[in-house]
Amino acid sequence: MSDARERMVARAAREIAPGMVVNLGIGLPTRVVNHLSADFPVCLHTENGLSGIGPTLGYDKADRNLIDAGGAYVSTVPGSACFDSATSFAIVRSGRLDLTMLGAFEVSATGDLANWKIPGKFSPGAGGGIELAQKARRVVVLTTQTDRVGNPKLKEACSLPLTARGCVTRIFTDMAVIDVTPAGFALVETADGVSAAEVAEATDAPLALPDTAIPTF
Amino acid sequence: MRLPNKTRAIEEAIAGIKDGDTVMVGGFGVPGTPMTLIHALVDHGARDLTLVKNDANEPGMGIDHLLQSGQVARLITTHLGLNSNAIAQMNSGALEVEFNAQGILAERIRAGGAGLGAVLSDIGIDTELAQGKQVVEMDGKSWLVEPALRADAALIHADRADPFGNLAYVATAQNFNPLMAMAATCVIAEVETLLPLGGLEADAIHTPGIFVDHVIELGQLSEEYAVVRR
Repeated sequence: MSDARERMVARAAREIAPGMVVNLGIGLPTRVVNHLSADFPVCLHTENGLSGIGPTLGYDKADRNLIDAGGAYVSTVPGSACFDSATSFAIVRSGRLDLTMLGAFEVSATGDLANWKIPGKFSPGAGGGIELAQKARRVVVLTTQTDRVGNPKLKEACSLPLTARGCVTRIFTDMAVIDVTPAGFALVETADGVSAAEVAEATDAPLALPDTAIPTF
Repeated sequence: MRLPNKTRAIEEAIAGIKDGDTVMVGGFGVPGTPMTLIHALVDHGARDLTLVKNDANEPGMGIDHLLQSGQVARLITTHLGLNSNAIAQMNSGALEVEFNAQGILAERIRAGGAGLGAVLSDIGIDTELAQGKQVVEMDGKSWLVEPALRADAALIHADRADPFGNLAYVATAQNFNPLMAMAATCVIAEVETLLPLGGLEADAIHTPGIFVDHVIELGQLSEEYAVVRR
């Protein structure tokens, strides 16, 4: 993974406050766990039925019956619990998740999220993504600022089918930390060596800049 | 009094599945997928099946065998991303796919097993997942009607069982198994360890044997149950 992406993941990890219940979505968000220390008090949840996820294990140490929702072999920690899929999504829908971190194809200036379907190209189903996006108490996104061909992922409005409306409150990218506010996107921090102008150029919607100096990560 | 014995030969248990049946299959990825029962259903040959399963496993594993043998007409699922064969069949029109939000699929199955008609949910209510669904007003809020799901048969994988069909699951192999074990007319459970009656602590049973019709003791587990080195 590039340095910029690694810094983005490390910055996102600082969003997790002690005591939270957190679900890390498939893909980049899963890597956030590598930036949490062993004694950090947090309960990680995975929707296939485990609370209290421990470190990912190599194949030689893996338990064939213990995976996360992305299929990675994980471990338990003292106090872990296993449960069925109905219980797992009762946790999600009843608002017991303090935070979820998800990937994105597009995020709109009103916090709409599109991350499950590209009509005609990619439609494998959303799994548990819709419930996570719609019901976690706080939804943040980890994504590159632009797609592989350089098109901004942060847009005035999403063009792809939505996962959930108005759910995203903060976006961590390889270039910046950006909040979704009632007035649209607002720049919070920039990656080291990236200017506010460069972030604005890579955002396909107005980007409000703070009056004060912009912190870097 | 003594609780009845439901242990069977696998062929005898599968024999009741007919062409056109709806079959629920437990599992989320490899954990909890009843690999041996799936092979028995391939050998049995029932066709035009509707499968209900969280995911389509991976090529060459689990329900992919039933897709490859052409026995599945319809799949009710949440995510196919790890099985390129399933996606190809869906895109070619050979396989009809109905996507559900994962927790809603779980609740529809639970409702079916609990003798209910439907559940009300707001998941996906302002997205394309709501298209074609009935909407009702309750307490000033709009809800989608998600009909209960039942099946003709359910294929279940459990870690431990007794001859009456009391079941216990391990780790993340639980997933949809205890829900599907309540929601089918004929529930067939393959079990890794068969204990005598009384061998399972009454308080440690996940699925009461009342729900289970046939218990199949697995011998040596095949490689398909093992850790997948991708």
